[in-house]
Amino acid sequence: MGSYYIKRTLSAIFTIFLIATITFFMLRIIPGGPFTREKKIPDSILESLNEKYNLDAPLYEQYFDYMKGLVTFDLGPSYRNLGFTVNDMILAGIPATFKIGALASLLIIIVGIPVGIVSALKSNTAIDYFVMFMATLGVTVPSFVIATVIIYLFAGQLGWIPTNGLNSPLAYIGPVIALSGYSISFVSRLTRSSMLEVLRQDYVRTARANGISEGKVIFKHALKNALIPVVTYVGPMVAAILTGSFVVEKIFAIPGMGGYFVESVNNRDYTVVMGMTIFYAAFYIVMVLLVDIGYSLIDPRIRLDGRGSR
Amino acid sequence: MKKVLLLVLSLALALTLSACKTDDDGEEVVFNWNIGADPATLDPGLNGASDGGDVINNTFEGLVREINGEVLPGIAESWSTSSDGLTVTFNLRESNWSDGTPLTADDFVYSWLRAMDPTTASEYSWIWHYTNVVGAEDFVNGDGTKEDVGISAPDDYTFVVELLNPTDYFVSLMAFYHFMPVNQDAVEAGPDGTWAKDPEIYVSNGAFKLDSYSIGDGLVLVKNEEYWNVEEVGIDRIDAKFIDDESTAYTAFNAGDLDYIPSVPTAEVPILIAESDEFYVFPLLGTYYYSFNMDADGDGVNEGFAEDGLWSNRKLRTALNYAIDRDAITEALGAGQVSAGGFVPPGFMDHEGNDFFETAGTYGLVTDDGNFDEAVSLFADAASELGMSVSELQTALESEELLYNTSEGHQFVAQMVQESWQQVLGFTMPLANQDWAIFQDTRSQGDFSVARGGWLTDFMDPSGLLGIFKSDNSYNDPNYYNSEFDTLLTEASTTTDTATHFEKLYEAQEVFMTDFPIIPVYHYTDTMLVSDDLVGWGRSVLGTVDFTRATINRSE
Repeated sequence: MGSYYIKRTLSAIFTIFLIATITFFMLRIIPGGPFTREKKIPDSILESLNEKYNLDAPLYEQYFDYMKGLVTFDLGPSYRNLGFTVNDMILAGIPATFKIGALASLLIIIVGIPVGIVSALKSNTAIDYFVMFMATLGVTVPSFVIATVIIYLFAGQLGWIPTNGLNSPLAYIGPVIALSGYSISFVSRLTRSSMLEVLRQDYVRTARANGISEGKVIFKHALKNALIPVVTYVGPMVAAILTGSFVVEKIFAIPGMGGYFVESVNNRDYTVVMGMTIFYAAFYIVMVLLVDIGYSLIDPRIRLDGRGSR
Repeated sequence: MKKVLLLVLSLALALTLSACKTDDDGEEVVFNWNIGADPATLDPGLNGASDGGDVINNTFEGLVREINGEVLPGIAESWSTSSDGLTVTFNLRESNWSDGTPLTADDFVYSWLRAMDPTTASEYSWIWHYTNVVGAEDFVNGDGTKEDVGISAPDDYTFVVELLNPTDYFVSLMAFYHFMPVNQDAVEAGPDGTWAKDPEIYVSNGAFKLDSYSIGDGLVLVKNEEYWNVEEVGIDRIDAKFIDDESTAYTAFNAGDLDYIPSVPTAEVPILIAESDEFYVFPLLGTYYYSFNMDADGDGVNEGFAEDGLWSNRKLRTALNYAIDRDAITEALGAGQVSAGGFVPPGFMDHEGNDFFETAGTYGLVTDDGNFDEAVSLFADAASELGMSVSELQTALESEELLYNTSEGHQFVAQMVQESWQQVLGFTMPLANQDWAIFQDTRSQGDFSVARGGWLTDFMDPSGLLGIFKSDNSYNDPNYYNSEFDTLLTEASTTTDTATHFEKLYEAQEVFMTDFPIIPVYHYTDTMLVSDDLVGWGRSVLGTVDFTRATINRSE
């Protein structure tokens, strides 16, 4: 078991190293730089800026400097937010992003899964049709539409929730719904279909034949297996949600990390692009690991070292 | 009994309400401002963006302050220009920094040299070229030293500037944020402009000072009690937000959460113009245009068809200019834009007090569809000059490309231009777009056929606009090389006589608009939505907002 974690950690570090390397060189290939301006900066000033940020050094040297910094979790200075480091920016963005992200993740799990189960147990009834209709709606309507409608209706017209920011408990309602809408729907559909499949299996029939109560059949025997695909989806989803959504944060004017993804690319703020990519990648890897651990908890036949039968 | 109770209750209510009112009067005056994006910096010497400029204009005070075109004394109580126009002397008032220490002429010397110094790496340092300050441009470019810059402080309250040429707009330019003073101790305590976002070490000298700053969220400014003109400051506190989504800001404005938003969703503009008395449209001193690439082979000379391709032909460039219905475009854009008749927009007064734009006329460039016949005949002439039939020329133009940076607005204008050419001249030039940063590279490398351009000037003289098309200017995107035009602009900037200055500029625009290296489309406007509660606010003609003399009257 211990060697398994060592293997996983090494492979995670290697993956992050690969991602950092590829991103570093890809960024330098695209035209334009952090000091591209509509009104061009004089050459003498540009030289001075490049010297200051070591952008005049050979690319391989810049790459090694960056990687050296990365080892010590120093993600470098932002080229756009003068005087701020990428660490400053990520730390400033984490509280807001995490708060709405955690609430959204929680909502997805406590609403999406039960709704899916109910829908499966009541399959082909009015409840099922209604739930699946709502779920289809949730999957197809993009988050910016949900967000815009919430702001227009509940903040603008009715005045029930604040129009922007996260300055009161009510302010969380809009962004959390917009952020979780798609995944709630997806998770409930996934749970439903997976549950239906499991309920048709022989061992469930056997359990029922043995006279085990229906509640026990569903929650003890069926649900555990039905949740495996759901857990697979939820892990990476949490990583994505907790690193921020550009659209939702922009529309609700939330000072999180989501905006950095797009703005930093437009600004060619190399270090911020790198920092966000690595941060997301690391988060993703950790979540995938947690998913794997989750499998073994749900189904003891699944063993982490891969020697057991899946 | 019930009636008595009712009476008592209503009396009590009335008393409570009136009590509230007295409370209100004693409360601090808070103004809710949406800045837009989170400014990259709030340091006057380092800033190069309009959002940062808006904040700085309210937190710092330069030698002068310009509000709605009027140049008012700032830290300079008065100023005088020598008879040869080459020395400007500012007499400073006794004033303090926000930390209570005195502000002297030496602070201006320090701030200016810092802004010019290449090691400071100030984005806007190119503007020193236009100030004509002796030695400034050389210092910026690393060709000179700070000792050779013509600025001095003979005593604490006298600041003297030496100019290379008489410069009419020099004093008004001093209202621009780049020339505002910064406090040496603060600057050194927080390098790279961090001091300007850190309330602990922040020092300013304007109407407001920084109270708090939160990345990506907002900032709070409070009245600076040390400001020399503090009696006129009506606002106690500014709660500023960084909401860059226009429709969110618009909803917040309508909900009463914001008093000022710098832009509104494009779709709302026509309704607001028609119905809202809180919506403002101001002319901006700039022009939206397309550049023809006149030097396809990139050898620095405008030659004929063999070397430089289609855009070497003046009649073709003119025909394409005449074939656009600019009024239709500005009408469709619907935010008060003015159809371009030349390159210089409305708003510049010449030596006789006439508007340059009005006086210059339109050089045969009719802004509506009235010149279409002329366009067709010029197009035919161009074809024969190029040794082609009209249909061959049409085919040739269909393999050229109209390039813009990716944006719905630019796409819209490009489509209208494309359609005009299709209808009037019978060819469809393909459209292409690129991400902003890539586009900047493509354009400056001359790797395009026809490309969008936009220019907003930073000082009150037409030379700031026409000057970008001089042969050696780095913004000369059409790669236009005409020595006659260059000479006229040089003469305009070196003359000691204001009348000659403007005559040369008129002549220069005449030459330019005969050659048509560009297609001027429209002159920009600036729009904003401002609550009726905010009174006494102003704006500089260059577009910076001013709340230093504003106050809030909340209507219940």
